[in-house]
Amino acid sequence: MTIFTKTYKEPPICEKEILRYAGCKEASDDVTELMHSCIDEARLCLSYKVCYCELSVKVEEDECDFGNFSVASGDLVKCLAGSNRVVLFGATVGSSLDRLIAKYSRISPSRALMLQAIGAERIEALCDAFCKESGCGVRFSPGYGDLSLQVQKKIFDILNCEKHIGLTLNDSLVMSPSKSVTAFAVSGKAKNKCKSCKKTDCAYRGAL
Amino acid sequence: MNFKEYLKDNIVYLDGGMGTLLQAQGLAPGEYPERWNITHPEIITNIHKDYFDAGSNVVCTNTFGANILKFSEEELEEIIKAAIENANGARKQSKNSAEKFIALDIGPSGKLLKPLGDLDFEDAVSVFAQTVKLGAKYGADLVIIETMNDSYETKAALLAVKENCDLPVIVSNAYGEDKKLMTGATPQAMVALLEGMGADSIGANCSLGPRQLRGVVEELLSCASVPVVLKPNAGIPKAVDGKTVFDITTEEFATEVADLIKSGVRLVGGCCGTTPEYIKALYRASKGLTPCKLTDKNKTVVSSYTHAVEFGESPVLIGERINPTGKKRFKQALMENDIDYILNEGVNQQEKGVHILDVNVGLPDINEVEMIKTAVCELQAVTNLPLQIDTADTCAMEAALRRYNGKAMINSVNGKKESMEAVFPLVKKYGGVVVALTLDENGIPETAQGREEIAKKILAKAKEYGIDKKDIIFDTLAMTISADSRSALATLGALKTIKEELGCHTSLGVSNVSFGLPVRDAINGVFFALALENGLSAAIMNPYSADMMKTYYSYRALKDMDDNCADYIEASSEFAQVIAPTQMTEKTKEEYKSELQSAIIKGFKEKSAIITAEILKTSAPLDIVQEEIIPALNMVGKGFEEKTVYLPQLLMSAESAKSAFEKIKEAMPDKNAKDKGTVVIATVHGDIHDIGKNIVKLLLENYGFNVLDLGKDVPPEVVVDKVVETNAPLVGLSALMTTTVPAMEETIRQLKKRAPWCKTVVGGAVLTQEYADKIGADKYARDAMETVRYAETVIK
Repeated sequence: MTIFTKTYKEPPICEKEILRYAGCKEASDDVTELMHSCIDEARLCLSYKVCYCELSVKVEEDECDFGNFSVASGDLVKCLAGSNRVVLFGATVGSSLDRLIAKYSRISPSRALMLQAIGAERIEALCDAFCKESGCGVRFSPGYGDLSLQVQKKIFDILNCEKHIGLTLNDSLVMSPSKSVTAFAVSGKAKNKCKSCKKTDCAYRGAL
Repeated sequence: MNFKEYLKDNIVYLDGGMGTLLQAQGLAPGEYPERWNITHPEIITNIHKDYFDAGSNVVCTNTFGANILKFSEEELEEIIKAAIENANGARKQSKNSAEKFIALDIGPSGKLLKPLGDLDFEDAVSVFAQTVKLGAKYGADLVIIETMNDSYETKAALLAVKENCDLPVIVSNAYGEDKKLMTGATPQAMVALLEGMGADSIGANCSLGPRQLRGVVEELLSCASVPVVLKPNAGIPKAVDGKTVFDITTEEFATEVADLIKSGVRLVGGCCGTTPEYIKALYRASKGLTPCKLTDKNKTVVSSYTHAVEFGESPVLIGERINPTGKKRFKQALMENDIDYILNEGVNQQEKGVHILDVNVGLPDINEVEMIKTAVCELQAVTNLPLQIDTADTCAMEAALRRYNGKAMINSVNGKKESMEAVFPLVKKYGGVVVALTLDENGIPETAQGREEIAKKILAKAKEYGIDKKDIIFDTLAMTISADSRSALATLGALKTIKEELGCHTSLGVSNVSFGLPVRDAINGVFFALALENGLSAAIMNPYSADMMKTYYSYRALKDMDDNCADYIEASSEFAQVIAPTQMTEKTKEEYKSELQSAIIKGFKEKSAIITAEILKTSAPLDIVQEEIIPALNMVGKGFEEKTVYLPQLLMSAESAKSAFEKIKEAMPDKNAKDKGTVVIATVHGDIHDIGKNIVKLLLENYGFNVLDLGKDVPPEVVVDKVVETNAPLVGLSALMTTTVPAMEETIRQLKKRAPWCKTVVGGAVLTQEYADKIGADKYARDAMETVRYAETVIK
């Protein structure tokens, strides 16, 4: 089994999403200007990298058997919806953005906040671009529903994310760079991410 | 023959891929290939033997990920022992008569180092040290550090090799298509760092095929004085009919790599996707080529984690502002451990255009070793400029050099025996360009000739330590002309002779020349121009001085160093700019009570500072706080609570208020305006997210609290120790991940035990009221304003 690596060009930017992540229902001119200047600065340091492999899966009750390893998660099983092909991927927009966020978090928290909102929007846009290209409409990450965060360790062993895209896993299972995603992607139509999420009191819950 | 001797006159053939071959033999996804040294020794031995037979002089042991983070101590020893035995077995079995060596292979730890990740630099050194010691113990001939995509981790690995064995060491990095490492370093920066620390060979491997790596290789060849190594992939993997195929053939690979041998590469092999066939083809394609002669590039270079700065034609500016000498406000910041103040000085100087930042944090009453270590680590998290480590304390110097992510500039050594004996070993070990002051036991010679003599003495002594003259920059000591009218002439004369006769670069602390005179900038600017004309390579200077910057840009434009005067034109707008508080429009008058309030509410940071400075001329500092800043903050805070103002706007206003407060502080540096009480804040152990915590800090400070920020990933006992030490009435804790909430709970538990008087307020993305209750927090705050309001009830 081979791990493939892809580098993407900048996926289209959705400013509304950025503002949502920044906690803004509406933006004044000053905030819009802040956002644009942060986008310009972030652009210089963003990279869009994905590493992935294809896995075949057999489902037995609430267990997904991927051959060499299995994952117990009823929610992932539901997500598979009978599909036996899964794309396992790791994606990141790189560590330079973290540097920028760290810098401003010390000297200008408003920029740090905006940059981290941009990072959140960018990594989602990257995942969308990758999933669309792979014909996958649904992605499911460790930490969603009953899929344990511990699964991250297995994913990192398989994908060798560090070597391929510079993505690492910390002892507390937090990923570095921070604007990164690992997920099982399943073929099918795209669904509204927020709609299928059970955390209904989330501050970032989007329009349904 | 030993490896170093063989390397002198030969093209060295390394081996090719291992992982791809093991997968073909049944290595499962996610299975650790290093274990196969023990479980499948015959397969590993055969692969090594195939490489020796194909023409490899060096095989790399199957120990890419063999480190203490992945394996237990016992298993690690077993793996490395077996791996070297397997390679040795292959060496004995191979009939090829070529010289054969075994390299202990060291790959990345799999972790990112702090501040980007959670592995501490010293811990990384220890991780690699364990592997190195075992490799040396079981008889490896050399070490190869490979596929590293972060300069800091590469430094940790090389330091571990240097501190734990005497084996030759090859260092190879994984560069991307942008010709940089994933964490940003250019080939020039890596060469500066690695040559400085004494790597025997430097190069590139993995990530791309030979064609895509050509640009990187050319850059390496242009600046490296040691042999360059290249181990590219067999192109890029593609899936064809369910099988993995690399996209270039053995012949294409061989031709491309052989071509790069002609350009100067001295060690060649392959990485992912390459097999003994590739090495065989490469060996055939390059047979008979003569190895290119190595040339000493003789470049004076310092580097950061992203780029190198070379001393040469264009003058190098070294910002002098991170230094407490003569700066009351800076001293206060140091005493209060106010790192943010230092960071701001760094970032501001970078914006002014300096190339290097001088870092001096020495004060009689502080622990300089700890302070400089902190300052270096924190500065390199917010700026990518190379740093100049400026200290007279060699322990502090070593602590800073060790942690520095690049090849530092070192300030300074001088002609005294004691100074050279203390500083030169550090320069040799960690690399660096050292500023040498032309003074010795007899003081500063009055004449240029006397200073040149000391320079010669310093060069001779440096040579004994194996330090080349390219890594020494002479400071011929600018002395004030107010004490001796001939002093500038002596300094300038010494500059000229050292440059012309010794062929060395020079640096000056320019501002000293005007000490004791009025309008010092005027003298400094002209002296700087004279020094440049006499061959000055670098100046330690104040970038906020318009006169100095004018001289710098004008000089470059006049000396044909600035195409189309583009830099001059860009900078000139700033020379001309006079920022004055603007007149309030009628509309502003109606909406806001004052201009300062308007600036704060609208979030104009610079304007707030300027207006504050202006009204400080007529109003008392504390009146401005009470009548202007606090009301403005309250207005925005109230708007946020009523959801008419959103978070980014709140922060912009808070930052503007902070910049106004900074001016107030400058006006009364001896008094602490913040006397409301102390709040200790931290992001809990295991968590590295700190934006939320920093937002809370900013707002608490705005509202007059004295905030002790312990940073992120803070162990429970560190928080408790600080609370006990300061008797703080309130602690704020932040956690973003569910996995780090237990660390928050533990911190609260320990606080209750050892500091029962102290209240706790918690926040962060995963927290809820329910969670907060469960872990025993006194208060759950949804946002920063709520924390402020709670603090106001706790501390009255």
